Amino acid sequence: MRARVLIRPKAGILDPQGAAVERALPALGFAGASHVHVGRLVELDIEDADQLRPMCERLLANPLVEDYEIQLLDPAPRDEASA
Amino acid sequence: MKFGVIQFPGTCDELDALNAARLVGDARLLWHADPRLHHVDAVIVPGGFSYGDYLRAGAIARFAPVMDSVIAFAREGGLVLGICNGFQILCEANLLPGALLVNANRRFTFRQVNLDVIRPHTPFTRACPPATADGDSEQPIRLSIPAKHSCGRYYADEPTLDAIEARGQVVLRYAPGENFNGSLRDIAAVSNQAGNVLGLMPHPEHAVHELLGGSADGLCLFRSMSLALDADAT
Repeated sequence: MRARVLIRPKAGILDPQGAAVERALPALGFAGASHVHVGRLVELDIEDADQLRPMCERLLANPLVEDYEIQLLDPAPRDEASA
Repeated sequence: MKFGVIQFPGTCDELDALNAARLVGDARLLWHADPRLHHVDAVIVPGGFSYGDYLRAGAIARFAPVMDSVIAFAREGGLVLGICNGFQILCEANLLPGALLVNANRRFTFRQVNLDVIRPHTPFTRACPPATADGDSEQPIRLSIPAKHSCGRYYADEPTLDAIEARGQVVLRYAPGENFNGSLRDIAAVSNQAGNVLGLMPHPEHAVHELLGGSADGLCLFRSMSLALDADAT
């Protein structure tokens, strides 16, 4: 099974990357973008989806400062190389 | 007494840490893949970019074979000092409260910083010289040592910050105007509740010779650990 884990800074925690992107957008003429946050994306094939949550708690995210969201992508999309 | 300095793939400050430790005692390197601590009396987790800092700084190193032994050593009361990446690793290992986030200025920053010793009687600070010749206790002891990192903004939630302040776990603070990374409550060094584990982002091991960097203030942390262990032994 293909899974995707989205990891983002917890609400209320200063996100300097998001702030930098938010400030860069108007300079390129993109007006009206706000609350920009930058996080991480982990994609993986996994046999037992029940492992995803403990995997996030122990390694993929730091629950002190990050929220994570698990998405199951089934059926697994074919690799671009084999398509 | 003997210090053990851990070496992970990507560690870069282990030789300076080894040198600093050898100015006050014996020291050896400990390899990350070897779970044995080789009978050292104190452990230093030095700075660098362990495992490339992939995922999050310290997140992978925290699961290295040697770290199980360091965690057990710390739980038994052994002295553990984490510097920079070492601080990040000790937080990831839950030996210290909180986490280190990207600097508020978003930049890798290298500069000399002044640190105030908030708790002068810990195993890591007891040998720091008094601030004034007459030992005026109103004046905080101030150390000048370098910092170099991009991910050193100390963060913990408000209840945790209140708790660690109340329990005296804030050992060093950035002096007024020196908190370049945006650490909450100017916290520069934090200990565990028992007081035997300390982490800080600035680098005391890079400030042990006046000729190199103009300050030997960092040496007092290593001397303190040595004194604390000698006191234990007698």
